Amino acid sequence: MLLYILRRVLYAVPIALAVSLLCFLLVHIAPGDPVNAIVPADAPQAVVEQIRAEYGLDKPLPVQFGLWLLKVVQGDLGRSLATGRAVTEDLAIAVRNTLRLSLVAALIGFTFGTLLGAVAGLFRGTWVDRLAVGLAAAGVSVPHYWLGMVLVILFSVLIPALPAMGAGPGGSGDWVWDIAHMRHLVLPAITLSVIPMGIVTRTLRGIVAEIMNQDFVNTLRGKGLRRGGILLHVAKNAAPGTLAVMGLQLGYLMGGSILVETVFSWPGTGFLLNSAIFQRDIPVLQGTILVLALFFVTLNLLVDLLQTALDPRIKRA
Amino acid sequence: MPPDAPATLVAPAAATASAPEPLVHVRGLNVRFVSREATVHAVNGVDFDLAQNEALCILGESGSGKSVTLRALMRLNPPKKTVMSGTLRVGGQDVVAAPESAMADLRGRVVSMIFQEPMTALDPVFTIGRQIAETILRHEGTSRAEADRRALELLELVQIPSARRRLAAYPHELSGGLRQRAMIAIALSCRPKLLLADEPTTALDATVQIQILLLLRRLQQELGMGVIFVTHDLGVAGEVADRIAVMYAGRFIEEGPVGALMRGPLHPYARGLMGATVHAGLRGQRLTTIPGAPPDLRDPPRGCAFAPRCPLVGEDCLPAVPALRSPLPGRQVRCLRVEDAA
Repeated sequence: MLLYILRRVLYAVPIALAVSLLCFLLVHIAPGDPVNAIVPADAPQAVVEQIRAEYGLDKPLPVQFGLWLLKVVQGDLGRSLATGRAVTEDLAIAVRNTLRLSLVAALIGFTFGTLLGAVAGLFRGTWVDRLAVGLAAAGVSVPHYWLGMVLVILFSVLIPALPAMGAGPGGSGDWVWDIAHMRHLVLPAITLSVIPMGIVTRTLRGIVAEIMNQDFVNTLRGKGLRRGGILLHVAKNAAPGTLAVMGLQLGYLMGGSILVETVFSWPGTGFLLNSAIFQRDIPVLQGTILVLALFFVTLNLLVDLLQTALDPRIKRA
Repeated sequence: MPPDAPATLVAPAAATASAPEPLVHVRGLNVRFVSREATVHAVNGVDFDLAQNEALCILGESGSGKSVTLRALMRLNPPKKTVMSGTLRVGGQDVVAAPESAMADLRGRVVSMIFQEPMTALDPVFTIGRQIAETILRHEGTSRAEADRRALELLELVQIPSARRRLAAYPHELSGGLRQRAMIAIALSCRPKLLLADEPTTALDATVQIQILLLLRRLQQELGMGVIFVTHDLGVAGEVADRIAVMYAGRFIEEGPVGALMRGPLHPYARGLMGATVHAGLRGQRLTTIPGAPPDLRDPPRGCAFAPRCPLVGEDCLPAVPALRSPLPGRQVRCLRVEDAA
């Protein structure tokens, strides 16, 4: 098993390299000259050239990539063009904020998704099933930025019960797990949780219904197992497939919350990306995308390893 | 459909009040599957008793109701669609009306089943040892270590080589024959009084089939269980059974001791079945087939269900289902054309 883990981790290295190359190239394919974002439009050509050289933007692309990668592996993502601060500094704060939000959203979404999906799969065709399917369909179909705005109107404007924006009473200041800060988390977390909730519900419902139709469930009944004993078997059979979906969803949550973070002014990676795009802040953009992509790679690796641990039929060779 | 009259037909010994309760007692068993589209009359009045230590084989083609009858003995047919009526007692416990919790206590402890497909009847993500031990834990409340020890004994009992290593194996790591042996070990784990086997060898290679049958026969005799096999394979029936019941369209149409019935079947359908199968009694003769197909059980005929295919059919076969009669001692048949020996 240890050898298997090691090998899977090694497999992840070329993927991570490819991902970083893609990050680097994507930004350079996009139109527009980043130097224009720093210098005034009427700056003399000499100044422009000087800045270009300073940031290494005058060198050929492969060299730029090599230099960039060399710094990246040393933990240096460069300095923001807009603020001059180290990208890692801004990114560390943003990643922590996004992690907080997405983990809470995942907790909500996965909990309700698991409950609804399991119940729907076990009681297929009943009203509970139809209710769960309806909720799941609504969850995946409603645009979440729209849901966010509706929730803000309902619970911040009409009934001023919860804050509409920011990550805490003092703006984006230091996070603490207290009531005042957690109240800021409620609306964005609920908004983000509906899609994973819907997807987990639908997936698990299908998986459970399929398992319940398998012969071995009859064997379990024939052994005299009670409902709880049978559920244990169903759960272990359903776990690998469900975990895979959850891992993907968690990845999306960490990277794909640009819209929701913008709606709620949540100072996370999505928010950071959004402003970096508008300011053509290439180092921030590259750094953020790279970190998010590496998150995804790591998460996939973890899910793969977990699946192997849970399902003996997946070959460890 | 006219009600069957069980009083006149079955085992005279059971009629006396002082006789001990047989292991299995079935009278007028009906099983219907009800859905929005149709009602399937799968079992239509089955009567039989099974003594301790007796092996009965229910023989019939696909759709004759033999597997449904077997599953009814444990009430394992799909609960939502199934309607059961009649008298059905296993080890003294009523099966038709008992609450689900009482059935769960019965299953695996008093009566257990070996399923047809060892490939799919075992949980793929639990080890063999765990699947045996959990039955013991469920019914006997022993310690985990004791259950594991018993699991090992059981694997040795069903002659699985290197049993200790196989405890930790998953079903996909075993061959079909070993898997079926593991299935048997699960079924035997709480020393049931009654073992049901639903075509236990159909999914296996011919050489493995005979090994499994011999094992089952030996275990039945050693452990003193009652066994009911369901099969469409006459060879299997002859190998393992004391008595044979031939089933057609949800009824027993003939029943008797295995040797006598196989040598001289009485019912035209049973005769057709023997004539259509390769066995020693038919050396030098041509195999025959039974023309036609079994009736649609969504709309079963009022009279003898075999009448449309029967070479001996007459007007009197059509108005009502023939009652079970005993034309020879120890033999029973549901046909008007069979002459009484007496």
